[in-house]
Amino acid sequence: MAPALEPILELRGVQKFFEGRQVLKDISLRVAPGETLVIIGGSGCGKSTLLRTIIGEYTPDAGHVYLWGEDACCASAKSLDRLRRRFGVLFQSGALYSSMTVGENVALPLREHTDLDERIIQMVVKMKLELVGLRDFEDLSPAQISGGMRKRVGLARAIALDPEILFYDEPTAGLDPIATSVIDQLVIDLRTKLGVTSIVVTHDMKSAFRIADRIAMLYNGEFVAVGPPQEFMAATQDERVRQFVEGLPDGPIPLRVSKTDYLTDLMDANE
Amino acid sequence: MSATPFIRVLERVGTQGEGLLAYLGGLTYLSGDTLKHLALGIVVRPRIKADETFFQMVRLGVRAIPIIFLVQTFVGMILALQLAPVLADYGQLDKAATVVSIAVFRELGPLISAVVLTGFAGAAIAAELGTMVVGEEIAALRTSAIHPIRFLVVPRVIACIVMTVALTVLADIVGTGGGGLVNRYILLRDSWEYYHTVVDNLQVKDVLTGLIKSGIFGFIIVVISCYEGLGVSGGAGGVGRATTRSVVLAIFLIIAADCLFTTLFYFLW
Repeated sequence: MAPALEPILELRGVQKFFEGRQVLKDISLRVAPGETLVIIGGSGCGKSTLLRTIIGEYTPDAGHVYLWGEDACCASAKSLDRLRRRFGVLFQSGALYSSMTVGENVALPLREHTDLDERIIQMVVKMKLELVGLRDFEDLSPAQISGGMRKRVGLARAIALDPEILFYDEPTAGLDPIATSVIDQLVIDLRTKLGVTSIVVTHDMKSAFRIADRIAMLYNGEFVAVGPPQEFMAATQDERVRQFVEGLPDGPIPLRVSKTDYLTDLMDANE
Repeated sequence: MSATPFIRVLERVGTQGEGLLAYLGGLTYLSGDTLKHLALGIVVRPRIKADETFFQMVRLGVRAIPIIFLVQTFVGMILALQLAPVLADYGQLDKAATVVSIAVFRELGPLISAVVLTGFAGAAIAAELGTMVVGEEIAALRTSAIHPIRFLVVPRVIACIVMTVALTVLADIVGTGGGGLVNRYILLRDSWEYYHTVVDNLQVKDVLTGLIKSGIFGFIIVVISCYEGLGVSGGAGGVGRATTRSVVLAIFLIIAADCLFTTLFYFLW
């Protein structure tokens, strides 16, 4: 796992602001081919923003994102599309196209980007759906299946073109324990059998420690700890990491994020 | 901190003006991008989604046929009824056919069809695209290297323009027919005479200027609604706001464009 290989994904000094608030503060990161990196962190710490910046949905206000050594931020629309064909994204909600059936959703990338025969496309669709355990649901519309199933179909669609990198935004949030292990096992299988690189954003600790080669914790827009799971807890002296991983209510990470004093605020409301 | 009222007014005007310019710029950009993808789709490689375009035509246009039919019949009838007393005063009741058909073909057919279609197609497009934005579907398309303009906007643009023009042809005929109903059953005049007066007096330019305008109206409807839909932010509430805005704006711009092009045709043709 040592990043001796040329990194498949590299971030250098990435910063992102939203309405004057700095969401990402100088993020740098290297991911080796075949590695599974899990990014953990509380709600609102910038995980999703980071993911969206990497996949080119947001442009960083400073710094660069390199995919296969190519600067994705300054790439032309054409070369960005070429990069995008080589990675897959699983969105938090699954982001299925509501006007198409489950099968058509999975088939769409194949129809758009390959010249495959329709019969072969149908076979690939069945294979991908079988991987997520939903082969029988091919003809249903996204509105007819549950949220967890939509997420699994989203994963089947993300792997339709056999991508080299897969990005997951909270792949197991809202899934039952069995579906969670199925997804976890799928991530592991894709890595071991096909050498797929995975970047997983999650706050499911169990799943994070199960699939990760490396875990990185994002807090307030910067990485406070990065390391392999077995060392992640042992090596760190950081109380914030300990509190988050163990899910303790008390610690350096406050639940309340208000800047003003509670009492002053209450009294002001009376005026 | 305390700005004078004058400065504050200036600030407001500036902010509003900047917003307007940004909006117009966005519309222009979307139109340009659409035309580019349209041209690319036709010339470079035939990648216009024919089945999707056809599906949108049915969805946006065909369902509006009954309502267009009814509305234009009424419009033609109203026109004939309003004109009849005036024309009768001058003893020119036989001109009713000419006046009704010219008014319908040049103005009311295109305009009222476009307004009805704004409610049908414009609202549907804005709501659908807005919901897709909220459900991250547009982001998913982009990250799959499928350009939303090519995939979603171009079929809707073709469908909307074609259907607006097609429905206007229907509206023209039905509207003139509405006048014919009044002519036959209220004014108690001969229908054949009405028909021949229409055919003899209607000129090619009356028909064409109307159809050119209706094509422009169709373009306005689809560009505004696509722009509003794709620009949705803020969940379900945002979708509702975008839908309302696209209908109001499209109707306003249709009438403004109508005025502009009618003036142009007045001087040029």
